[in-house]
Amino acid sequence: MKLIFGRPAGLTDVKQRYCPGCGHGIVHRLVAELLVELNIRERAVGIAPVGCSVFADEYFNCDMIQPPHGRGPAVATGIKRARPDCILFSYQGDGDLAAIGTAETVHAAARNENITLIFINNAIYGMTGGQLAPTTLPGMRSTTSVQGRDIVKQGYPIKVCELLAGLDGPYYLVRCAVNTPKNIIRTKKALKTAFQNQINNKGFSLVEILSMCPTGWGMTPVQAKKWIGEVMSKYYPLGEFRNLAKEEK
Amino acid sequence: MPEVKILEEICKGCGLCCDGVCPVDILILSPDRINSSGYHPAMVTDMKKCIGCGYCYITCPEPAIEVYK
Repeated sequence: MKLIFGRPAGLTDVKQRYCPGCGHGIVHRLVAELLVELNIRERAVGIAPVGCSVFADEYFNCDMIQPPHGRGPAVATGIKRARPDCILFSYQGDGDLAAIGTAETVHAAARNENITLIFINNAIYGMTGGQLAPTTLPGMRSTTSVQGRDIVKQGYPIKVCELLAGLDGPYYLVRCAVNTPKNIIRTKKALKTAFQNQINNKGFSLVEILSMCPTGWGMTPVQAKKWIGEVMSKYYPLGEFRNLAKEEK
Repeated sequence: MPEVKILEEICKGCGLCCDGVCPVDILILSPDRINSSGYHPAMVTDMKKCIGCGYCYITCPEPAIEVYK
């Protein structure tokens, strides 16, 4: 008997402290598999966000840094410019990347910085208790919008991929989901492209991933998985928003 | 013959692998077993039917599933 699917070497043996059914674990595993497959684990530097995945430095078996809230792309820029041989990935949630870190994200994209951003969109502030996030859907309930998000009072959500697609800078922008095995395989493909772009010095790549937060959404993990397919992916359509590699051909 | 091994102490009983992910539908949450974290871990009902596709591993957030072939 030979092990064909098992814990990748890019993950440490630490038991992850996420809620049951959280999408973070799936994305962690995909990134860890790619660190091994692309043989970049020794020179990879990960940026842990502020949020549920703030302990990502304990889970990834590579060098990690934990900068202040939202400053992931800025810190990644600094490390990449000082050590161009390192492979930088900034792992961020929606509170980190789309709220407090919007400026860093937009400017890193506009400069076409040669880094990889992994953006976990779960439409809510998961760690602090399910408050309204910039990505919360119109009409969606959270602990600070108990009647549902009112677009008159709280405005419209930010669609990060569409926002950055308006800039000339970014090289690769894609939105994926982790609700079904098919979408998880596509997500892995997108992450692989994003890492390869950086290895080939192509520039800024952002992979947005629609991820489950069963605790924040007040659903079971299975309901949360279905909700992504039925509701969330309708508002945040999946697919590529920018792929300059195709235009270069 | 492929074989699926559930790491019961790591499993959080979320049930993502049990809901239509397995093409031969042999995964369920164990009704009587419980791990030290208080979760009902997933279990395989009929190992002979397993085709070793690895969809359960792909879906597992922990990952608490290993597939041997």
